[in-house]
Amino acid sequence: MTDVALKSTPLEDRHVALGARMVPFAGYNMPVQYEGVMAEHKWTRAEAGLFDVSHMGQARLTGADAVRTLEALTPTDFAALKPGKQKYSLLLNEAGGILDDWMVSRPEEEGFFLVVNAACKDQDFAIIAASLKGDSTFDILADRALLALQGPRAREVIAQVCPAACEMYFMDCGTFEILGETAFVSRSGYTGEDGFEISFPAARAAELWDLLLTFPQVKPIGLGARDSLRLEAGMPLYGHEMDETYGVVESGLSFGMSKSRLERGDIRGIDRIRAERENPQRTRVALRVLEGPPARDGAKILNEAGEAIGIVTSGVPSPTLGYSIAMGYVPATQSAPGTQLKLEVRGKPYACEVVTIPFVPNSYHRRPQAAKR
Amino acid sequence: MKFTKEHEWVKDQGDGTAFVGITAYAADALGDVVFVEVPEAGKTLTKGDAFAVVESVKAASDVYAPVDGEVIEGNGELGNAPETVNAVPEAGGWFAKIKLTNPSQLDALMDREAYEAYLATL
Repeated sequence: MTDVALKSTPLEDRHVALGARMVPFAGYNMPVQYEGVMAEHKWTRAEAGLFDVSHMGQARLTGADAVRTLEALTPTDFAALKPGKQKYSLLLNEAGGILDDWMVSRPEEEGFFLVVNAACKDQDFAIIAASLKGDSTFDILADRALLALQGPRAREVIAQVCPAACEMYFMDCGTFEILGETAFVSRSGYTGEDGFEISFPAARAAELWDLLLTFPQVKPIGLGARDSLRLEAGMPLYGHEMDETYGVVESGLSFGMSKSRLERGDIRGIDRIRAERENPQRTRVALRVLEGPPARDGAKILNEAGEAIGIVTSGVPSPTLGYSIAMGYVPATQSAPGTQLKLEVRGKPYACEVVTIPFVPNSYHRRPQAAKR
Repeated sequence: MKFTKEHEWVKDQGDGTAFVGITAYAADALGDVVFVEVPEAGKTLTKGDAFAVVESVKAASDVYAPVDGEVIEGNGELGNAPETVNAVPEAGGWFAKIKLTNPSQLDALMDREAYEAYLATL
């Protein structure tokens, strides 16, 4: 219980009216589930799930020097990001520790659109505002909601709401008109499914929410299933798989770092990045639990001799797979797929095995023959 | 059947033994139960202490002993079929059969009517 007043998203009354169980999350009163985590998870994998993620931070960074501003804070080559594309990136501290992870879109040449974690947004926005280079303008978009529609049938719904957005492929972005309003839309998400994220004016977000829910393919999905879906997809969650104590390479997030930046060496914490590449210590792994209870955040990872060698950062009984899965950190020497380890839950060891990420294959709508980096 | 404010139930068999479990309200609140850890025979239960764990997709939750007792048998069926807790929480979804070591504690628990009145206040 807390005495601090919780913030509301523009859709709070919709969640309450739908009978959601509301919980505090990152300072917001958020729906953790509607009909149940298991059912919502399976619905998203089979149909289309609608998520209110308006608690996340949204901002615009524009101007001729916006690229320079972003590159000073991240390991990503934003000059190389083509208009109409989106990139996963990381906000680093001076020593190369991870302050947050971001989705950065470039809907047009001189304009970036950022989505950042709710719990980190005040920190992130203060850092950006204090780091602006030359001609760059930073605007926090506090008046916009963010809706995610995810799942194999998301496309057929968007085809009727915003047909032009269906021409995008995975990690594309653009500016579209929906209900007469300007919407920033990307073809991405946090479930491993094909899907869309729609930034929309808060004042009319409930209309868009209601419209999407009129489609029989669409059900509202809470934060509970959002977590189990992202875990199956092997996606990290800030505060679990990463925080300031983790670096880019060991956390398995090198895909947020560009080769060109690494070669130039102009990345915050480059020494740490190089050290982690050349002499890896711990590394993030995916674990399949072979027996016993689910292992959750904080559970110890043991070697076969029973010695503690690492820690679980997230774990869940996988609704799709029917067994429990986890992510965590172990010494790099014991991170190869197939390595047999143990997980300690309530004082008892249970067998697990290192497996490859993702646990559940993703089904993105990728551009045909996309050039691989 | 008697109930606690923590949503456990005790069913006194009248022969010094009882079954214990979680209520339909608790099972519903937990959502889909995917794993249950029940106590082994011989374990001593102390009223108010955790004696079992029930896990949903979202979280692990402790189950507290509604009365003192000694475990005669944990419900091994729940290992293979944890969903029984959702299906029949106040029958086949029992967690343990216990020997009542302090039967007078039952008097302090709520009967069905009192428990339902309590639920109405939540």
